[in-house]
Amino acid sequence: MDTPLDYLYSFGPAADPLVKLGWGLITISLLVTAIIAILLLVAIFSRRQKARPDAEGHLPITRDSGGMMLIYIGVGISTVVLFASAVWTIFTLAAVASPARAPTLTIDITAHQWWWEVRYQNDKPALIFTTANEIHIPTGEPVRINLATVDVIHSFWVPQLAGKMDVIPGQHNSTWIQADKAGDYFGQCAEYCGVQHAHMAFHVIAQTPDEFASWNRQQLAAVGAPQSETLQQGQNVFMTRCSVCHAVRGTIAGGNLGPDLTHVASRGTIAAGLLVNNTDNAAAWIDDAQALKPGSSMPSLHLSPQELTDVVAYLGSLK
Amino acid sequence: MTNGPLFQKQLPVGAIGRRASGWWGMLMLIATEAALFSYLLFSYFYLASQAKTTWLPIAMPSLRLALPNTIILLASSLVLWWGERAMRRGLLIRQLLAIGLALVLGMVFIVVQFLEWHLKTFSMTDNAYGSLYFTITGFHMLHVLGGILMLGVLFIWAALDYFNAERHTPISIGVVYWHFVDAVWLAVFSSFYLYPYLR
Amino acid sequence: MELDVTDTDFYRTPIISQASDPENAARLQRLWETPPGLRGQLTTVDHKTIGIRYLVTAFAFLLLGGLEALMMRLQLAHANQHVLTPEQYNQMFTMHGITMIFLYALPVLSGFSNYLWPLLLGSRDMAFPRLNALSYWVFLFSGLFIYASFLAGDGPNSGWFNYVPYSSLSYNPGQGIDFYALGMILLGISTTVGSINFVVTLFRSRAPGMSLNRLPILVWGTLTASVGNLLAVPAVSLAFLMLWMDRRVGTHFFDDGGGGNPLLWQHLFWMFGHPWVYAIVLPAMGIISDGLPTFCRRPLVGYTPVALSTVATMFIGFGVWVHHMFATGLPPMSLSFFSAASFVIVIPSAVAVFAWIATIWMGRPVFKVPFLFFASFVLLFVIGGVSGFMTAAVPLDWQLTDTYFVVAHLHYVLLGINVFPVIGGIYFWFPKITGRLMDERLGRWNFWTMFIGFNLAFFPMHISGLLGMPRRIYTYSNGYGWDTLNFVTTIGAFLFAIGVLLFVANVALSLRRGEKSGPNPWDASTLEWAVASPPPPYNFAVIPTVASRHPLWESHLSEEGSDSSVLDRGPLLAQGRETMGVTVLDGEPDVILKMPPDSFAPLVMAVLLTALCYSALIHSGWLCALSTVGILGCLLIWLWPTALVQSVKCQTMDVHYD
Repeated sequence: MDTPLDYLYSFGPAADPLVKLGWGLITISLLVTAIIAILLLVAIFSRRQKARPDAEGHLPITRDSGGMMLIYIGVGISTVVLFASAVWTIFTLAAVASPARAPTLTIDITAHQWWWEVRYQNDKPALIFTTANEIHIPTGEPVRINLATVDVIHSFWVPQLAGKMDVIPGQHNSTWIQADKAGDYFGQCAEYCGVQHAHMAFHVIAQTPDEFASWNRQQLAAVGAPQSETLQQGQNVFMTRCSVCHAVRGTIAGGNLGPDLTHVASRGTIAAGLLVNNTDNAAAWIDDAQALKPGSSMPSLHLSPQELTDVVAYLGSLK
Repeated sequence: MTNGPLFQKQLPVGAIGRRASGWWGMLMLIATEAALFSYLLFSYFYLASQAKTTWLPIAMPSLRLALPNTIILLASSLVLWWGERAMRRGLLIRQLLAIGLALVLGMVFIVVQFLEWHLKTFSMTDNAYGSLYFTITGFHMLHVLGGILMLGVLFIWAALDYFNAERHTPISIGVVYWHFVDAVWLAVFSSFYLYPYLR
Repeated sequence: MELDVTDTDFYRTPIISQASDPENAARLQRLWETPPGLRGQLTTVDHKTIGIRYLVTAFAFLLLGGLEALMMRLQLAHANQHVLTPEQYNQMFTMHGITMIFLYALPVLSGFSNYLWPLLLGSRDMAFPRLNALSYWVFLFSGLFIYASFLAGDGPNSGWFNYVPYSSLSYNPGQGIDFYALGMILLGISTTVGSINFVVTLFRSRAPGMSLNRLPILVWGTLTASVGNLLAVPAVSLAFLMLWMDRRVGTHFFDDGGGGNPLLWQHLFWMFGHPWVYAIVLPAMGIISDGLPTFCRRPLVGYTPVALSTVATMFIGFGVWVHHMFATGLPPMSLSFFSAASFVIVIPSAVAVFAWIATIWMGRPVFKVPFLFFASFVLLFVIGGVSGFMTAAVPLDWQLTDTYFVVAHLHYVLLGINVFPVIGGIYFWFPKITGRLMDERLGRWNFWTMFIGFNLAFFPMHISGLLGMPRRIYTYSNGYGWDTLNFVTTIGAFLFAIGVLLFVANVALSLRRGEKSGPNPWDASTLEWAVASPPPPYNFAVIPTVASRHPLWESHLSEEGSDSSVLDRGPLLAQGRETMGVTVLDGEPDVILKMPPDSFAPLVMAVLLTALCYSALIHSGWLCALSTVGILGCLLIWLWPTALVQSVKCQTMDVHYD
């Protein structure tokens, strides 16, 4: 889509009523503006009897009566429109406040300064897993999103699926989303949270239930041993330089300061939506993150070319 | 029209009674300070209502010092009211006595408050309750201190014979300010010392 | 400044005299004029001088804020630019907001009101002339204080709204936020004493006969704004004090770990912030309500509904603050209430809009430059109003908030309802203030450049907002559909800036070579147009008596049996600096008010207050103690009874007046 954050399109019941209300109020607003503009032009340019200016060139002063009717009519109509809009608003609020049926999937999202930690909840602990910046959901199902932050206020916003919900320290906000059509929905942090607020995007990938189940299984799978020399060396670089902050399930890398990278190769973007996930971008990011996202917590590692190639290959194997 | 009744009577010149600009200025100052204390107490009640763990760091606030202190402050207001009534009858000595006595009572209030602060087991930086307690009672105490300075200056001006039965606007201004500070204390006292018992 | 006439009489029947008597003018001139030279400039309490200072200083801040905006627009003209670093951009948008909202928007209106109120009300000065001077000096110093953060290399960067925790010490250890917080407390003092001055002046210091229902709407607007400020400013001063204490003293008001709550900041800030936005537009709406009738050759249609709607807007304005917090996860019940209130507040604004249109329609437009600004304002007001109406709908606001849609809304209301009336107001009152008219032709170029530039800059923001562009981002990527819109906005911004330059050029040129003006070049109706241009320091040679809303139009509008205002004869009140005090509702004279002479006290007090705030910034106990003692000493000198009061003796007065 050319305008992926455009919220006058929606693809789920948490956002559909908002689109209707949005278009409705836009229409009213444009009509009101047009009517006022016309009234203003009529008022300014309506024909009047010619008047003779006095000795100093001033037109005479008058006090024709009758202007009050315009106020009565204008305010009267405005009040009716406002009341109707308020009623529509309340109905819309009720429609999106909670989903039609209880969500079967719950995702805990923890906002960090400038990336999104995503944890899929489950009653069975073995089925809980963590990923980052890319959320997958099955189509046609309401999904509950619990929000938390480890630092400042952020806001979770995937416009084509739902309105915003702020993420506030100490507060347990939650929201729900539902996608009725498969697709890649863009999301963005929507509360100024510091120097890289501009680059704190995320994606919600809606898949058919079968595809979602298969993605789920893939994410649960632990990572196997490296299958080649390059990958083994890449893993060594990873353990030395990256594992302090990043985790890869199935290895000893357990850092939780940065995104979980267990299945990073399966993601469409890296650096919280900043870069398309391919080898060149991965290399550029690892080598000099500060040039791409200055102020972010990812240091510019400036690895040797061999180390860089190896670790990029290793990460590329983490599907 | 200019020779009509509007301008034939004598008008007082300068500050007199409720016609003085300063009187109105004090009323406006009281309005804005009242708003300030409202926001302080709003913060207190808001944080109390949103608290997820225990709100009070102590069992219950003790009234042992605060209640007598409240009575002392109320008494000082009463004394000033009596003094201003006397001033309106031209009784300067009684007015001076009243200001002096209110000054003393005010200073006692402050001393007792400092003692109470000293005896608290929590500090301003321990938690939100502590921050609010010391900030709000502290703001109030600053206002009492300001009032005491004001009373001191009024005492001097009265002793210098600047006031009489008809013209004593600075005293009225100082007295209404003092009553305001007293009213604020009642709100602060109720919020910190009485409200927890109702919770 | 005392005369040889004894000033110790406590009662007086005012001498009635002729306005045209040259002896009166000479005597009043000696009493009221500010002596020339530096001493005069530093000690003057003349409301007209103070008003001009407010206007000029506010404009200087407008230009600074505008430069900050242009830097931001350069950065955002295309995707992925590197004109500014992220940190620089964040400081730019923070300071842009602070400068425009605090250092320009209210002070410029204070400037108009300070200059005009005594003239509009038929008085010789404001109720508290020295307090007036103080409010200006403190405003100037607080602006310099906040900007000193740039000089210290660390401007505030957390947005003008300054949410915690990002503005707390752990995320913002530098001094920028402290400059902002302490500077705001200082500015709050200026705003508060200024508001006290306006309210008391309105209540007490008017011409006889100027009853409440004869006040110009500008006066209603400033009065309402001032009462609102008295009740709202303490919230933000407190919030900033609490923030500073959390940062530097170790308290826990806002910190979630210690029992505090980050939302407390938002509540306190917006409980102030929303009434504030009405404070910065209601007086400007009053400029329209008073200026437009002049160029429509008729009184305002619906005076009483407009006056009441002014008050109603401010009143309701105290009950809508949560609409800035719709996405924070508050309970639906509370969201519904505030959403409903946000719809209701549109109604009084609608009253004003239709009143203005009716005034034009039932009048006869005069197409001078002020009229262009005043008439276009109505359209911009409505566009800003409808975008606000859209954000009032809480679930829709969950999409609109924090996008450029809100940026469009706030600029339409702030430039449309504050800047355009202000510029028009300058064109209107320039002849009164300077004695010269501004150039009409350059004014028309000025108007059209600003009007087209403004709409070109800000209308596209509605669209980029609807396309999801978030606020407060230093850059954006291609692929979102925002590129062209941002480019057009940047062009519009620069065009608007050229319009501002044309305005400044017109002011500069007209000061030197503008056509000279008499007392009433526009044939307007209110009292300020009865005196010379520029007015003498004493405003009125004799206190006028007012009998209608339009004293200078009475011969054209007279109804059978009504009194007419008397401007050529009245109480002289020249035994020292004096003006008339009247009852609140009906404006009956009830006291002769004595006005203070010029004094250093306001300037000294302002310096000491700034020193006190500075002592908090640098954590200096001794400077804090020293400045406090200084402030108390200065206050004592300021308030020390005048000679008149000192001559009061107990037992000598046995006349009971009250």
